Amino acid sequence: MSEKAYMVPNPPTPNKAVEFDENICIGCNKCVEVCPTDVMMPNPEKKKQPIVVYPEECWYCGGCVEECPRPGAIKMLHPTQQRISVNWKRKATGELFRLGMKNPPPPNTRPPSGE
Amino acid sequence: MSTWHEYVQQTGKVPEWPYPINYGKMNEIVSDVLVIGGGVAGLQAAINATRLGAKVTVLERGHARRSGSGGAGVDHWHGAVTNPCSKVTPEMYTNACYDSMKGWTGAHVRYIITKESWDTLLECEKMGIQIRDVRDEFKGADFRDEKTKLMFAYDYKNRHVIRVWGWNIKPKLYEEAKRLGVNIQNRMMPTALLTVGGKQGARVVGATAVNTRTGEFNVFRSKATVIATGGSAGRLSYFAPELTASGAMSDINGAGVGQALGWNAGAELLGAEASGHNRLSGLGYAPYSMGGAHNTYHGTPIVDTEGKEVPWKDPFGNALKTYEDRFLPQPGHDFILGEGIGIGLYLPQFRSNELSPDLPERLRKGDFKLPLYADLSRLSEPERRAIFGMMVGNEGKTRVAVYDMMTNAGFDPDKDLFQTPVMPVEGYAHANFWGAGVNTPANMRALGGGSFLTDWDLRSNLEGLYIGAGGNLFGGGCHGESHTTGRFAGKKAALYARTAVEPAVDKAQVEKEREQAYNATRQSKEGNGWKEINGAIARIMRDYCGRFKNETTLNLGLRLLNELKTTEMASAYASNPHELGRLLECHSLISVGELVFKASLARKASHAGMDFIRLDYPEMDPPEWNKLMPIRQVNNKAVTRDVPLDFHLKAPYAATLEENYRKHVVK
Repeated sequence: MSEKAYMVPNPPTPNKAVEFDENICIGCNKCVEVCPTDVMMPNPEKKKQPIVVYPEECWYCGGCVEECPRPGAIKMLHPTQQRISVNWKRKATGELFRLGMKNPPPPNTRPPSGE
Repeated sequence: MSTWHEYVQQTGKVPEWPYPINYGKMNEIVSDVLVIGGGVAGLQAAINATRLGAKVTVLERGHARRSGSGGAGVDHWHGAVTNPCSKVTPEMYTNACYDSMKGWTGAHVRYIITKESWDTLLECEKMGIQIRDVRDEFKGADFRDEKTKLMFAYDYKNRHVIRVWGWNIKPKLYEEAKRLGVNIQNRMMPTALLTVGGKQGARVVGATAVNTRTGEFNVFRSKATVIATGGSAGRLSYFAPELTASGAMSDINGAGVGQALGWNAGAELLGAEASGHNRLSGLGYAPYSMGGAHNTYHGTPIVDTEGKEVPWKDPFGNALKTYEDRFLPQPGHDFILGEGIGIGLYLPQFRSNELSPDLPERLRKGDFKLPLYADLSRLSEPERRAIFGMMVGNEGKTRVAVYDMMTNAGFDPDKDLFQTPVMPVEGYAHANFWGAGVNTPANMRALGGGSFLTDWDLRSNLEGLYIGAGGNLFGGGCHGESHTTGRFAGKKAALYARTAVEPAVDKAQVEKEREQAYNATRQSKEGNGWKEINGAIARIMRDYCGRFKNETTLNLGLRLLNELKTTEMASAYASNPHELGRLLECHSLISVGELVFKASLARKASHAGMDFIRLDYPEMDPPEWNKLMPIRQVNNKAVTRDVPLDFHLKAPYAATLEENYRKHVVK
């Protein structure tokens, strides 16, 4: 049986800008509070993750991620048209990589200077 | 579940507006100093005015903890020429900017910046911002001073640009402002400056603003006001946030609100006719998310797809032999100014070493093969770590969006070649590849001016109105400059407020503002939304104020702006306070558009430095037009006057930079 369908406008572009992990997010709304452009709104249900309402107004400053008290609860997603452009090549092997690829190499765990 | 679409599809319900709405409810907030714009400049103004005993309110469009163009961080601080390692003086730096720009920059503002930039940075250090290599991570590197542990960029000999760990600079400023008791009012969209009697050109006594979550109306009454908004009106001549938001260097709130407030109150603005085919137009790529060799990536080796390295040259055309040379002045250099300081022209003796300027030609000939890559691994470990680990880890919009994202995805600057954009070869003429303007249509212009003209107190022509900002201030610059001018303007505003008479706001002006502000909430739901209106404004600007202008097209454009204002815009509808805020920003954009058209009509000569081409006045740079021409409104009519380029050293001012500074400095 197919799911119920609704008359909704097309998803905005970019679709998300940020994404929540509802198992980690505690719905504290700190990200909602600091977002300079009001991309997100609080969820009508308390302690639930916020709702991304205006993803096309996101500036990708990362403030929401930095304010989040629960690492991994909120993740920034560059628009696909940006992500697809971020490519690199391993010098020794010539292997090609890109942001968002299917089987990414292991993370480089070196923190930025000052951490 | 993250998005509205997912929510609606999962629950079958449209969520209600989450904040209580009270359209028109009036709140009055009284202070000595009102600061409009809570970015780095605005918070510096607020902190410093408070330290001088003023009661201060900040009116902020977003939330002051993270907002503003500088809110996302900073990795290098310009103009800190009085730091103990610098070999550059304030006079040298100011004159380098002034001479490079052939006089078209506010030297008085540059001088204030260079006198106080280092002191401002030291105050930031006290607030908890790391400005030295305290962990000795870079011990022994050429760009580090072993005694002070300061680290430098661009010019390792003259040492006036300081590398900083500024990813958290905004939260630190915010905490300091809160600690001092500054009243910060977030989510405020200003609609007008209040003036005595509601008259253009009269003393400024506050502002009105709408809260874009609750819709409430706020009247800010103040003895002095500081405008500290950013200089950008990114939505003025192109409007496509779906494509441009991730690549832009200022956010969607940038709607020229500060300029619009000033213009409508009768303040003098300069150079609104200047525009650029700007490299930071947002039609490029996310900042620093692709390989390049400019700014934060300055000095990075660029190689072609076969590993052949592109040579570097000094500004005099001589090839550089070593990687170290890229960061050092060469024979003929006075010192290297550095880029991203709000000037577009450089005399060769101050210009950065750069990728060989014949790169586009050599790509065309097949000497180099696309794509090009940034090869950080060729640099020494301290240099590579300073560029990617330190600077990219701290620059605006790069800690989360580039450093974290790319390292989590496995990028390793020790081992990997970072691809640069693949684009028409002209795009490789400048090493800021990610922001190359070659991808932007020629008629999409970015404001090149429209900044406030101030005196040596950073006061505008209006009593009670001070300016502290970056691009919004004639002579302003970038991140550090915004801190420094905000700090100076805040002090001056506080001193003025000490003796200023109690301000009275004009009730009729307040009522008129309140009436107009809610117009869009009372319209038929069939009315246009803000995006439709913004798109139309941008179309008018592109078509009638594009690269080539003449009297007729400029007048037609002005007519169409007015048409829009009285038809589709007058009946535009806002269904909630967020949409209302965006629509009020469109009103600002229209004001800035009018300013640009009127300034363009007033300059009856083409001007190379302003990239200003009048088809009906094709002669470029005729000497009689080599003058500043501030424009203001008197009874809603545009009025200009002529001001010499060196007005800052002419009566009533003293003849030297230092003498004037001493007379105006707040000790």
